[in-house]
Amino acid sequence: MTVVDRQGASRSLEVPLGISLNLMELLKAEGFPVEGLCGGMAMCATCHIEVLEGLEKLGAQTEAELNMLDTLPKVYPASRLACQIPLSPALEGVVVRLAETE
Amino acid sequence: MRSAEDGFGGPQSITTDVCIIGAGPVGLFAVFECGLLKLKCHLVDVLPRPGGQLSEIYPKKPIFDIPGYPSILAQELVDNLMVQIAPFKPGFTLGERVEQLKKQPDGRFKIITQKGTEIQAGAVAIAAGLGCFEPRKPDIPDIQIFEGKGLEYMVSDPEKFRDGDVVIAGGGDSALDWAIQLSAVAHSLTLVHRSATFRAAAHSVETARQLESQGRMRIIVNAQLHKLLGNGHLEAVEIRHNDGRIETLQANVCLPLFGLSPKLGPIAHWGFDIQNNQIPVDTEKFQTSVPGIFAIGDINTYPGKLKLILCGFHEAALMAQAAFKYIKPQEHLSFKYTTVTGIQGL
Repeated sequence: MTVVDRQGASRSLEVPLGISLNLMELLKAEGFPVEGLCGGMAMCATCHIEVLEGLEKLGAQTEAELNMLDTLPKVYPASRLACQIPLSPALEGVVVRLAETE
Repeated sequence: MRSAEDGFGGPQSITTDVCIIGAGPVGLFAVFECGLLKLKCHLVDVLPRPGGQLSEIYPKKPIFDIPGYPSILAQELVDNLMVQIAPFKPGFTLGERVEQLKKQPDGRFKIITQKGTEIQAGAVAIAAGLGCFEPRKPDIPDIQIFEGKGLEYMVSDPEKFRDGDVVIAGGGDSALDWAIQLSAVAHSLTLVHRSATFRAAAHSVETARQLESQGRMRIIVNAQLHKLLGNGHLEAVEIRHNDGRIETLQANVCLPLFGLSPKLGPIAHWGFDIQNNQIPVDTEKFQTSVPGIFAIGDINTYPGKLKLILCGFHEAALMAQAAFKYIKPQEHLSFKYTTVTGIQGL
């Protein structure tokens, strides 16, 4: 998958499988400036991303994620919370962009 | 419970052994561990009640990894902790944010809240979790110019907005609830929401739609706050419809209600090291880079850190031992099981 950081630079990532991590945890581990303050409970939106390619591959959103996204001042039609996206082979070819921090 | 608002006549001065900043589960359990060592505790929290995230955000969610409880609701855990620490008679200052933490020349600490409450303590344990929950601000140019001059992020007293021309932005529960309440006192009320659907509770949406049909509220969907206008005080709000149209609404009050976001806040300026919004500690004492200031629970970091309540409880137990040695370096500390000595309250 590919990640575009807040400066606009893109980097491709190997997605580790067979380990139950979510995308927020992967982004943190890879050194991206993603805080993930709430630890993956869809409570803080510090892992807000915009999916540039492959949104349809990422599966349905939970109520908690939709509720959190709905409270944010600025969202995109393809906004997601990275912590709600489990790592899986579906991420092959997906492109995401880190949303602006508040 | 004590707080500066309880009518004791203005800001208070409190003296204690350990001041615990943050009254979430880990802060509460720290009272127990300190209490076993006969250290008196005082807790301060920005939220109006103890429990932290557990009470504020997911009180009805079951937690499955508290030892001895196959499942316990978050609020039940908080209630139980309050019972467990009651014999140690902790003090509470609630609804106040700690602004300053200063080490005194004698090695003790002075803690001052934004309401002026002063706490003198022998040691400090920061158990502040994710930090303070603060209102999210929309991305509007010069927004800070109007803060307190017509722009508010919270409603403390609805009467303040009587006969005002009020614009509320947001589509969640608090936006809907306040739109409904303020429509009864405001001269005009407009609710602006980014999308066409509201995720707030269905009955609130229904009530708002009824008020709209009665002409007591205007609801504008698919639009966002764009600009604030006024000379010294808010006079109008420009909104931008999703199709690009700009509309100007007369308004002397604007309430962007976009929920709360955790921020480290003043903690960042208290003189100890911070890494990525967390406080590095050692795993013997859970002490920060300033001796006598400890950090436990979700706010700290160390190799192998897990943000679990049970890890926070362990950290609280070891922190209490270290705090005792910091406060009373001459005294001998003996470790006793509660099964042997029971609980001796303070």
